[in-house]
Amino acid sequence: MTNEKTPLLQVQGIHASAGGKSILKGLDLVVNPGEVHAIMGPNGSGKSTLARVLTGHQDVEVTGGEVLYKGQPLLDLAPEERAREGLFLAFQYPVEIPGVTNNTLLREGLNAMRVHRGEEELDAIDFLKIVKRKADLLEMDHMMLGRAVNHGFSGGEKKRNEILQMLVLEPTLAILDETDSGLDIDALKVVAQGVNALRASQRSFVVITHYQRLLDYIVPDFVHVLANGRIVKSGPKELAHELEAKGYAWIDEAVAGAPQS
Amino acid sequence: MSTRSDAPDLEPASTARVSDRVARNPEIDDLTRKDYEWGFVTDIEQDSLPPGLSEDTVRFISAKKQEPEWLLEWRLKAYRHWCTMKEPTWALVHYPAIDYQSISYYAAPKSNKDGPKSLDEVDPELLATYEKLGIPLAERAALAGVAVDAVFDSVSVATTFKGKLGELGIIFCSFSEAVREHPELVRKYLGSVVPQKDNFFAALNCAVFSDGSFVYIPKGVRCPMELSTYFRINAANTGQFERTLIVADEGSHVSYLEGCTAPMRDENQLHAAVVELVALDDAQIKYSTVQNWYPGDKNGVGGIYNFVTKRGACRGRRSKISWTQVETGSAITWKYPSCILQGDDSVGEFYSVALTNHHQQADTGTKMIHIGKNTRSTIISKGISAGRGQNTYRGQVKMLASAHNARNYSQCDSLLMGDACGAHTFPYIEVRNPSAHLEHEASTSKIGEDQIFYLNQRGLGTEDAVNLIVNGFCKEVFRELPMEFAVEAQKLLAVSLEGAVG
Ligand SMILES: Nc1ncnc2c1ncn2[C@@H]1O[C@H](COP(=O)(O)OP(=O)(O)O)[C@@H](O)[C@H]1O
Ligand SMILES: [Mg+2]
Repeated sequence: MTNEKTPLLQVQGIHASAGGKSILKGLDLVVNPGEVHAIMGPNGSGKSTLARVLTGHQDVEVTGGEVLYKGQPLLDLAPEERAREGLFLAFQYPVEIPGVTNNTLLREGLNAMRVHRGEEELDAIDFLKIVKRKADLLEMDHMMLGRAVNHGFSGGEKKRNEILQMLVLEPTLAILDETDSGLDIDALKVVAQGVNALRASQRSFVVITHYQRLLDYIVPDFVHVLANGRIVKSGPKELAHELEAKGYAWIDEAVAGAPQS
Repeated sequence: MSTRSDAPDLEPASTARVSDRVARNPEIDDLTRKDYEWGFVTDIEQDSLPPGLSEDTVRFISAKKQEPEWLLEWRLKAYRHWCTMKEPTWALVHYPAIDYQSISYYAAPKSNKDGPKSLDEVDPELLATYEKLGIPLAERAALAGVAVDAVFDSVSVATTFKGKLGELGIIFCSFSEAVREHPELVRKYLGSVVPQKDNFFAALNCAVFSDGSFVYIPKGVRCPMELSTYFRINAANTGQFERTLIVADEGSHVSYLEGCTAPMRDENQLHAAVVELVALDDAQIKYSTVQNWYPGDKNGVGGIYNFVTKRGACRGRRSKISWTQVETGSAITWKYPSCILQGDDSVGEFYSVALTNHHQQADTGTKMIHIGKNTRSTIISKGISAGRGQNTYRGQVKMLASAHNARNYSQCDSLLMGDACGAHTFPYIEVRNPSAHLEHEASTSKIGEDQIFYLNQRGLGTEDAVNLIVNGFCKEVFRELPMEFAVEAQKLLAVSLEGAVG
């Protein structure tokens, strides 16, 4: 089982396609417990597709490679089983669910995970206590808890709502897919604060972003550049600044020069 | 959108002349005579009638029930009119022609002695469904038709109920008993909301109705408990032509529950019930239905044809009638619980969830007829279609010239699961008073794979995800149901939608 030396996530040579189009072409990534990895890359490079592979989205077909999570094969698990094992995705485009309140979703989700771990379900009172505390952390009005999930929310409210769900579900591996897009600087700080509050030695983050800005607030241990379906460059947090300064064209040139594998 | 000419007509067809014509119709005269020749007196001992419908059938049923002459005449009048009527075709439902001569119109209420002796003898699939619905053990036996002494509990509960109600002057009994014990009330109100000639299926019911329920709440009495057909002794086998009459006298309140979530065994394919409600000054009637009759199999074979006429008259000032229905069963549902808002300041409400899965078809909705001043109505309809199900909302809001300051709010939402099902909305609006105020909202949405995936990602299994979305969709209707009924209704939707996605 998991010990300190086992990486939390090992993505090995993943090839994946969607809608008949090959998108990921041999992607490798290793995330150890407690680490924060940033994944940057131009639009359409396959960042969200990687998130879909990891969470088991039906539209993405994995045509090669393997993923180990906590040392176990991940790809055979149903999406809800992965979630119950602590894998969380803050969606780039959060989905609206009319008629189902935030509270209901959070309670059902949290209890599904507790049952999975062999714990008691939370009663309504304990649950509300937890949720309200987390909402306060994100400076969210408690009224939002009684509203239908993302229904009629502004872009920024939706992103904040994703982070609220992350705080309540306390995942082991959280993937944030462009959570920063659509947020103004104040909201960005609040969201980063929420993420940082959750950082822990056994919890890891994969932060997908288009801009370096977010990484000033959520400081990553590693930065990877995804282009053409592969990680083409990895480095320390300074890589993000370099990218910001030189633009992705710089990467494209580097990739063009790289030998094909 | 709203074409008035297609509207199901609510007005009683203009009457007397039609029956004259019937009487002179030689063909029917012939038929009637022949029936007379057959006679029926000698056959009165038999327990059931062979298939066939004639005046003689009607006389037989009436005699079997030892009904007074006036009621026999009432039935015959309905029958003679029915002979001149055509089955309606305006509803968006398709089914093979019904041969009304191939149906048997009378079978003595079966004693439970013929039923299974214990739960061990009951179809395991039926028991599995009861289990999923969370129906208590004692009640499962009753529903599966196990002999009465095995279900002692529910019988004694019913007896206790009757005692309590009696002290308040509330009458709650079978229709036949009401005809015997309270003929003046029955005679005064029977057919006063749904006339014999109202429509094809109602006329048929008037002619051959088997039994049903009667409720009278005296002036100023608030019925202290929900009245449920389920707890009425003799409720078993009221059959395919059920008749219900509820009268709420001035200032009284009653909440009535029809049906139950458990699938009931029923051999009859055609059901044509009539329900009449009368609310006098300041009276309130809340009528809740959960209908879960056999929907047919996954391929659309079998299943109940449910052609129901339900109508309430808010006769008194400030009276209120509220219909809430959860329709998940039957192969075909044809049903428009309606309100005639006669009394000034009276209120009509219709809350509906209709679910069609596999090959089920539902054409359901309501009619709100505003006659009195300041009358208000609310319509909330939620249609869920899955599989190859077809779900139609058909509703009429009519505001007569006399209805000053009348208001209506309508909301019709459809939820689709998959690509092979259908949802249709036909609102008919007719306004003859300029002070009227109407609001209509409609929406159609689809349970998307992206919604299900989102909920999966939060740890919910696909069926739980679907149920969460569906229950959210129905919330406004469920909250109108009495508490335990609402919980059961949620479970029922879950069972009815099992396997609809994924
Ligand atoms: N279901 C799909 N069908 C066809 N093309 C897809 C599908 N999903 C993604 N793509 C394409 O794959 C590429 C990568 O998409 P995505 O992973 O969303 O990129 P990113 O998140 O990096 O912007 C894009 O060109 C996108 O249009
Ligand atoms: Mg993306």
